Amino acid sequence: MLRNIEHKKSEYTATRNACKLCSPLGASLAYKGIKACVPIIHGSQGCATYIRRYLISHYREPFDIASSSFSEEAAVFGGQKNLNIAISNIIEQYKPEIIGICTTCLSETIGEDLNMIISDYKAKHASEDLPEIVHSSTPSYQGTHADGFHETVKSLVAGLAKKTEPVDRINLFSGFVSPADLRHLKEIMADFSLNFSMIPDYSESVDNPNWSEYKRIPDGGTPVSEVIESANAYASVELGYVFNKGYKAGRIKNKSQEVQTAGEYLESKFNVINHQTGLPIGIKETDKFFDILEKLSGNPMPGKYEKERGRLIDAYVDGHKIMFGKKAIIYGEEDLVIGLSKFLAETGIDVVLAVTGGNSGKIKPILANSNQNGQEPMTIGDDMDFEDLADIAKDLGANIMIGNSKGYYIARELKIPLVRVGFPVHDRFGAQRIHHLSYRGTQELFDRIANALMEYKQENSAVGYKYL
Amino acid sequence: MAKKTTKTSSPVLPDPTEIIEEILAKYPNKVAKKRSKSIVINDPEEKSEVQANVRTIPGIITQRGCCYAGCKGVVLGPTRDIVNITHGPIGCGFYSWLTRRNQTDPGPEGENYMPYCFSTDMQDSNIVFGGEKKLAQAIREAYQIFNPHAIAIFSTCPIGLIGDDVHSVAKEMKAELGINVFGFSCEGYKGVSQSAGHHIANNKIFSNVVGLDDTIRDGKYRVNLLGEYNIGGDAFVLEKYFEELGINLVATYSGNSSIHDFENSHTVDLNMVMCHRSINYIAEMMEIKYGVPWFKVNFIGAEATAKSLRKIAEYFEDEEMKAKVEEIIAREMLEVEKALKEVKPKTEGKLAMMFVGGSRAHHYQELFTEMGMETVSAGYEFAHRDDYEGRHVLPNLKVDADSRNIEELDVQKDEAKYRQELADKKAGLVEKGYTFSDYDGMMPEMKKNALVIDDISHWEAEKIIEFYKPAIFCAGIKEKYVIQKYGVPLKQLHSYDYGGPYAGFKGAINFYNEISRMVSATIWSKLKAPWKNEPVLVGKFADAPY
Repeated sequence: MLRNIEHKKSEYTATRNACKLCSPLGASLAYKGIKACVPIIHGSQGCATYIRRYLISHYREPFDIASSSFSEEAAVFGGQKNLNIAISNIIEQYKPEIIGICTTCLSETIGEDLNMIISDYKAKHASEDLPEIVHSSTPSYQGTHADGFHETVKSLVAGLAKKTEPVDRINLFSGFVSPADLRHLKEIMADFSLNFSMIPDYSESVDNPNWSEYKRIPDGGTPVSEVIESANAYASVELGYVFNKGYKAGRIKNKSQEVQTAGEYLESKFNVINHQTGLPIGIKETDKFFDILEKLSGNPMPGKYEKERGRLIDAYVDGHKIMFGKKAIIYGEEDLVIGLSKFLAETGIDVVLAVTGGNSGKIKPILANSNQNGQEPMTIGDDMDFEDLADIAKDLGANIMIGNSKGYYIARELKIPLVRVGFPVHDRFGAQRIHHLSYRGTQELFDRIANALMEYKQENSAVGYKYL
Repeated sequence: MAKKTTKTSSPVLPDPTEIIEEILAKYPNKVAKKRSKSIVINDPEEKSEVQANVRTIPGIITQRGCCYAGCKGVVLGPTRDIVNITHGPIGCGFYSWLTRRNQTDPGPEGENYMPYCFSTDMQDSNIVFGGEKKLAQAIREAYQIFNPHAIAIFSTCPIGLIGDDVHSVAKEMKAELGINVFGFSCEGYKGVSQSAGHHIANNKIFSNVVGLDDTIRDGKYRVNLLGEYNIGGDAFVLEKYFEELGINLVATYSGNSSIHDFENSHTVDLNMVMCHRSINYIAEMMEIKYGVPWFKVNFIGAEATAKSLRKIAEYFEDEEMKAKVEEIIAREMLEVEKALKEVKPKTEGKLAMMFVGGSRAHHYQELFTEMGMETVSAGYEFAHRDDYEGRHVLPNLKVDADSRNIEELDVQKDEAKYRQELADKKAGLVEKGYTFSDYDGMMPEMKKNALVIDDISHWEAEKIIEFYKPAIFCAGIKEKYVIQKYGVPLKQLHSYDYGGPYAGFKGAINFYNEISRMVSATIWSKLKAPWKNEPVLVGKFADAPY
């Protein structure tokens, strides 16, 4: 049965309490997932400071991002000199293997030509042993932090990948997920005996153990050599449906120019077969992911995951009375919203409102074409903010909200529980360890949602039963 | 009143020359030369000069933010009843969306727009074709939704570049809507840090808000408290003291503040300045235009609080108030001394360092001194030379290109509203040796050999931690997890680690307890601090009790 899906647009010009962050933030995180990489944000130093501030309050880890620190003079005459100094200083202080530069609204508005600046720099320092220097175009007036993330992953492979000898390896493009999710994906790959390269891999670099001595560049990350060799892999697996496609929607120039994901780029350029499937949240979406892995590895699903899958289905059955018919509001990045929506449909929860600050226009067709068994109509709001969400939510009678910390004030107003997922989560501890993916991650989400609903019922009961 | 806790037989601090050399050796020559002027060994006798308020070198990881952050985030952010609209792409508005823990109390019926983050969320087409229409529409929407008394517009980087004229949009909207609308040209690339944004905020508030309401409010005495941002409820603590003293606190810039109070704030008898860096401009301009004198106060530290309260009572030359001040001090110091007695065995003799703000790195030294702790190194993030060395250096400050780009308002005496009686009062008190427009800066109060570092970088912080092995490091969230990886606890002095208040007597007690907990937690022994791998520099510390 197909659900009644309504698509709403914001009635306001202003963005009131945004449900998105800016693209250089996503770019910085992607760069952090490359081994010994130091990101430079090409713009005012405030961009690096604000973005570090935000990422650090989520991950609670050191998060060095350099800046080319534009002055008024640089804003008028160009930032090449500043960027050159920044690159030299980063090399001197950090000895990085790679420097990842992303642009900002400032450097894009004045039309900085990063290709030219970088090749000039390389020419000037030809005698030195320079690190790799890559760049991505991430003006904050195009797309969201999710777009900036995927655009940067694409730029990394586009800037580095070289076809040489084939390698017995697949590329895994995991999307904007938590460090715990990344660690779990690696475990799954290993259990399938798949040689893989996960791009990017910030599972260690933004979730470090304590150190016996300070490390200027944290351990972990995808080795640059693996990014270079991504052209030689026999396949890519890409998790998501939307990726950086919202980027295109924001453009007025070059709208016709195709926005490619990393996997699409490698397929079109180097014939690396690309398998795209959504974030593996819920049984069906995870099954699709595991099917791909079975095909690629030639191995059946390891018993461990069969059991996790079985337990998850068992939990769906056991928890059905708690979940069924409950109405949920979900929000966040487009791919997360799609994943959550597909998962919740399996549990008997009706997503009555799905909101994202992204603007790819892809959510509705994707959700409309998937079989939904909800009883309630669903409103999809893309390119929306939290005040739009609050306006619509008023009359929905929702039972629960699922999303990042920024929606807390609405949950508080509606007096319903909020289950925190995604980014940013800065009003709870352990955001970097939230599991979302695969049967195991879904199980954790399922338990947290069921418990939030039970707790709500218990706290609002006149009797105070402790046997529920 | 408690005796000053600094010991007379205080130890000599180690000479940090060696560590400075080690720090600079890592930098390229030009960078080393520049940084060497901002890393200074303190000598209260010699009056050393610190290079401050100069550009951060690209690629050096800095604590500093941008002009927009200083204007919107710091100065105007805490005012609850101005609807703030960020004109630009989405990031800047999002990142400054109630992240500074400024508390406010609008009362049961009061307006409070602080939890709202309005942005024009500029897209590609706005960058190409201009964003003025979108801005005007956003202002109309804010007006329709909230019907506020005032709307402020904050420009981000691309605005100046694409030539959007926020000031003419503000003017048009002011005429259309009949409310106060004003814009700030606080593009992120202006100036060298958030300090430029403070200045721009001060100017606009002074020219477009202060002086709009001439009502003389109730109370025998009226004052403003400038540069107190009510992080963690600091202003709430201080408000109670003024209430007890029978002083009407008209406006606080800008913790727990309302624009209505700003409009009326020129009618006061005295301006008290807490954070000299961010707000001295308004104090100066108000004195020129309206004759309101100002002096520096500090309510961080129990003794500093007592001193500041006494200074206020002396200014008003009111015996009743002086008696009341002594009563408050006597009452509060009982609790303070009790708390100190408990924490001192855990804190005494331990070392602290702090790198924060434009006044906090100075003010908080008071609290550590009271606990018997030694501040071995300190510096500001975005201060100027006068905040280090005192206002006597002001006539000699070099005006560089970055400072020249920030407008200095040409303020004239307002003949109708100028309070000659206040100017006369000031002159009389000056004759008696009372000081006004005074700030002696951080360095005269620091010990010989204390290391002063302006705009400290990651690398420099690492090296001085190794050298001094402090018991606690104070900075902000960006530094927190870096420093803690070294096995040194970091206390956030921007957001207070979600604690506070730390102002006044009650706040001091909170701070003592918090620091005592932090420096005596056993968890730090589980981490291997870097100096545990290296021989301890015994010689350096031979005379010191720590």
